[in-house]
This record gives sequence, structure tokens and C-alpha cells, in this order.
Amino acid sequence: MSRELSPEAQKEFDWLVTRYPQREAAMLPTLRLIEREFGCIDPEGMKLCAQLIGCSPAKVFGVVTFYTHYKRETDGENVVYVCGTLPCALRGSDALADYLCDRVGIGLGETTEDRKITIKKVECLALCDQAPVCQVEDVDWLRVSKEKADEMLESLGIPKRETAGAAAGGEEKRS
Amino acid sequence: MSAISKPSDTLAFEPVLTRYIGKKDSHTLDFYLSHGGYDAAKRVVRDYKPDEVIDAVKKSGLRGRGGAGFPCGLKWSFVPKKTDKPKYLVCNADESEPGTFKDRVINEEDPHQLLEGILITCWAVGIETAYIYIRGEMWRGAQRLKAAIDEAYAKGYLGKKIFGKKFNLDVTVHRGAGAYICGEETGMLSSLEGGRGYPKLKPPFPAVEGLFRCPTVVNNVETLANLPHIFNRGIEWYRSIGTEESPGPKLFCVSGHVNKPGVYERPLGIPLRELIYDVCGGIPGDRGIRAVIPGGSSAPFLGPDELDTPMSYEGLKDAGSMLGSAGVIVLDDTTDLLSALLNVGKFYHHESCGQCTPCREGCGWVEKILQRMHDGRGRSEDIDLVDEICNQMVGKTICVLSDALAMPAQSVLKKFRPELEKLIAQGRPDVLCELAREPSPAL
Ligand SMILES: Cc1cc2nc3c(=O)[nH]c(=O)nc-3n(C[C@H](O)[C@H](O)[C@H](O)COP(=O)(O)O)c2cc1C
Ligand code: SF4
Repeated sequence: MSRELSPEAQKEFDWLVTRYPQREAAMLPTLRLIEREFGCIDPEGMKLCAQLIGCSPAKVFGVVTFYTHYKRETDGENVVYVCGTLPCALRGSDALADYLCDRVGIGLGETTEDRKITIKKVECLALCDQAPVCQVEDVDWLRVSKEKADEMLESLGIPKRETAGAAAGGEEKRS
Repeated sequence: MSAISKPSDTLAFEPVLTRYIGKKDSHTLDFYLSHGGYDAAKRVVRDYKPDEVIDAVKKSGLRGRGGAGFPCGLKWSFVPKKTDKPKYLVCNADESEPGTFKDRVINEEDPHQLLEGILITCWAVGIETAYIYIRGEMWRGAQRLKAAIDEAYAKGYLGKKIFGKKFNLDVTVHRGAGAYICGEETGMLSSLEGGRGYPKLKPPFPAVEGLFRCPTVVNNVETLANLPHIFNRGIEWYRSIGTEESPGPKLFCVSGHVNKPGVYERPLGIPLRELIYDVCGGIPGDRGIRAVIPGGSSAPFLGPDELDTPMSYEGLKDAGSMLGSAGVIVLDDTTDLLSALLNVGKFYHHESCGQCTPCREGCGWVEKILQRMHDGRGRSEDIDLVDEICNQMVGKTICVLSDALAMPAQSVLKKFRPELEKLIAQGRPDVLCELAREPSPAL
């Protein structure tokens, strides 16, 4: 069964293609539309995109795999992006990534077994004065301490640790 | 190089681009109009011939704020006047250079300032279609820009017969999807055309053959945001800010080891020391400075003896670095430079688009060798080896991403060689190799 856009999404697509003199230029926004409609971009989504744009699925595959910010079928429901570029690294993003992975029980770039959470490193999010920074779906988490990291994980359904701070010893001191 | 002229008084300076940032509803059309918004665009479209606009921008001395500092008016003048093809403006809002976070402020808090700059540009160059290419991660910026565009259409500031003249303009926000190379102007055009973000060989330059193989102006967000002010307050006023070769106000993004990181608007030419100590409150714990990256991670590092460098295009060039995107990353004297450089190396290796061998392989080799030095497996010849690889990476590729790793890497090898030699000899048994052991929003 081939996929279709919902009527509203189809309307949005019809508008999109009017914004460009060449249909193929609507590729990136169309992929966003498909990502939103179906939760991710999987091979079926790529086929749909190819149909809409009027190009080969191979072309779409080539485009999708060039970019890192589309949600793919291999990603969990929520992707936690941890910025790892220098300004964040200077304020402890490596340690933050370790902490998050440790709490969730997966490695960097991995997804939990229940497919709820993926943790990925991301390059500079242009929020360097708020370092260290994470992005979870459409929410930017700024100045992420371990406490804030716990809060972020709680918003993803991972309960806070009862003895946060005590276990790791003294890190809550940095104010 | 010419002597460096003195910057205008940095203390008496009043913000221009960020004047209304932080005020309630600064992103709305009503707010913008209540502070003289779109007056400049109206006047320009009604009273200026396109050539007169280009001329005025040339005279203002405005230089591109995206990285290369190319004179804005001059770039516009390269677009052919007589052509059957449509012309395009692509506003570069990709802002991915590590340590850069200034365009975000305009997109999110004062998007009409950018739209007004776009109107002026399109009138000057004869453009009817503009795109704002914003990086995919900046969802709020994209929302705010879209809302501002809707408001402008509703008011008749975009669309057909703008300001009652024979002037039509459509503006569309185009979201990227996570690729640093799409900030490079030709990579951006490839991406906008619906493909992988592969840069293209220049020439032809975009001004002659760009988007859809038509003449295209590419300008950074901050560059465009300067335009309304130039026409509101005049060329003389504009040139009274900054230096002779770098006129105007500039958004400096300061991050890393400073007490008050943030975006600060100051005249071009402000000494780096003043920016770090007076504006950003100095270094946490009153520690010393090991190095400063003055213009985003593509810029060669400066040492602690170079803090008097003026933050202007010419001042940083004379110091062997560059103003770039004015992303200032401060590293205090506890920072392990090898870790810092390795982080930079990883970034460029990850972001190389892979078209050119010197870049694709070179970035990878540099990262690999830095990694082994970092892990205590460095060899005495490694410093020269990295240097030699970097020599092969400069000036040999389609775009300058390759140079953007080679140049900062070579600056570190040159300026901090004894330190690196010591680390290699020690085999790094120390634990200094991490940049920070805790997530540390406050230092
Ligand atoms: C690897 C690379 C990345 C770049 N990233 C950006 C960017 O994120 N934003 C930007 O405005 N310019 C970026 N540039 C510079 C653009 O290629 C181009 O010079 C600029 O957008 C021109 O606008 P301006 O003259 O107004 O500065 C980048 C250049 C290179 C080589
Ligand atoms: S220099 Fe690097 S990023 Fe630029 S085109 Fe070549 S491979 Fe791609």
C-alpha cells in the first residue's frame, strides 16, 4: 500500500512547490513535511517524496543521507542531541554526554530497547553562551547541569534519581 | 598592509542592530513599525534608483558579516544588469560556524530588521525572489521569520507593487537539515536546489551563475540587517563607527571561559582585551588566558600576547588570523590545547562533504594523528607530520572548509609547539586531557 499525505499536508505541499521555479527545490521542505506526517523518514517516506517531487527514490535517498537532522526510522521516539563542539566541550559537554548515556543505559548514538530515546552528538547549535546545550525535539535545553539533565530525562519519562548528587559525590557544589 | 586606524569610541557606542533586543514583542510588526520600521525601505524604493542604492552601500563600506568580509556593495555590482534570467537573493542564516550565535538573535528577536534589509537589497539588484536559508536546528528562528513574512505580506510590504512602485518580491524561509557545509554559499545553493549540499567550483561566482544557474546574491543575516540603518542615518554616521577599513557596528559572540558569555554589539576594531575583560567580565577565577579563537573555529588561534589585537577585518588579518564570523572562543590557562584542537579536528572531519581528496582525507588524518597524540601515543615527528598534511590541504579544494581546519591547526602547532612537544614526550599520563570533568554551565 503506498503512502499518501493527509489533505492538509497535501495542501501545504501544493503551496510549497509554488515557491520555487523548479520542483526539485521543494525537496528539503517536502522531507520535513513527510517527517512531520509520519514521525520519521523511512524508505516508504522517501518513495512518497520521490513521487511528489517527480524524481527517483535513489535521488531522495542520496539527499536524506547527506543530512543529519532528519529523523530516521532507526531513531527513537525522542532524539536527545547533545552539542559536543568546542564551546560546549569547554563547559563539560563530554561529561554531560557520558552522564546522559549512563542514566539512560545506552551508548552515544544508540537507542533504548523500547525505542523511546536516542542520544546523539550534534555539532554547534549556535547557543554557545548557554553551554552546555542539548536539543530534544523542538526544545532547547540550556546551561545543562546534571540536575537539569535529570529534569530533561524526567520529561522523557525517566524518573529522577533519588540520591542524585550524593552518588556522584559533591558535583552539586559548582554554582 | 595599511596602518590600522583607531576605532571609534567604544564606550560611547550605542547599539544599532540589537537596540530593541530584549524588549517585549520586539519580533512583531507592530513593534517594529512603532520604532520607525520600514521607513528606510520605503524611502529607498520611492526615492532611489537601484544604482544609487548600490553606490550608497559601496560608500558605506559595509563588509560581509558571514565570514569573508567581502564588500557588500561591490558584490551586488557584479550581478549583470542586463539579463533575461531571473535574479535571486539567498540570505545565509545557516549559522553553523562553531562559536557563532549572532544571526539567531536577529532571526528570533528582530526578524523585520532582516526583512527590511532584504527589501533594500532586492530593490537595488532587481530581485523578485528571495530565500532565507536557515539551519534546520533553529526551529524558533524559522517560526519567527515565517510569522514576520506573513505579517509583511498582509501589510503589503511583500508581494506585488510594494510601496506603490513597480516592485514585486516574494520571500520564502527554507530550512536546512543539519550540515555545516550548507553555510558555504555554493553548498547552500546546491542544498536549496534540492540536492546534497555539495559546494561548486568558483568561478562562476554566484553573482553571475548561482541558484538555478541564475545570477544570485548571497548575504549573511547580519550584513542585511545593517542596511536599514545605513539609509536611516546616513553614510557619514555609519562610517563614524568602527575603523576606516571596517566601518560599522558588529555583533561579537563570546563563549568559552569568560564570566559573561553572550552576544555583544560593539564597533568593529574594539581591542580583544576590552571585549574579554570589560565587556565579558574577564576569566572565571581570575585565571589567565591560554589562547583565543577570534572568528569562529576556522580562525587561527591567538596567544595570550595578542590580546591587544583590534577586532577588525584588517586588525585580525595583520595578526595572522581572521575576524570570520566574530565567534570569539576564550580558552583559559587550564585548557588542554591538544584536546581543544582535537575537538576542532573532529568537527571538520565530520562536516567535510567528501568531494575533494585533500579535505576528505586530510581532515581525517589530522584528526587521527591528533587523537593519538592526545591518547599518549604521539610520536616526536607527529607535529611536523600534521603541519605537512595541512600544507597539502590549503588552497587545493573546491571550497575552503579544508583550509578552515588547516589554518587553525597550523597556528596551534606554531604558537604552542614547546607545549605540544612536552605533552608528546610525557605520553600524557596526566588527566588534563579532558576539557572539563563535569557539565559546568557556571564556572
Ligand atoms: C565552510 C564554510 C561555512 C560557512 N558558513 C557560513 C554560515 O554559517 N553563515 C554565513 O553567513 N556564512 C558562512 N560562510 C560564508 C559564505 O560562504 C559566504 O561568504 C557568506 O554567506 C556571504 O555573505 P556576506 O558577504 O554577507 O558575509 C561559510 C563559508 C565556508 C567556507
Ligand atoms: S573542501 Fe571539503 S567541504 Fe569543501 S567541497 Fe571539498 S571536500 Fe567538500
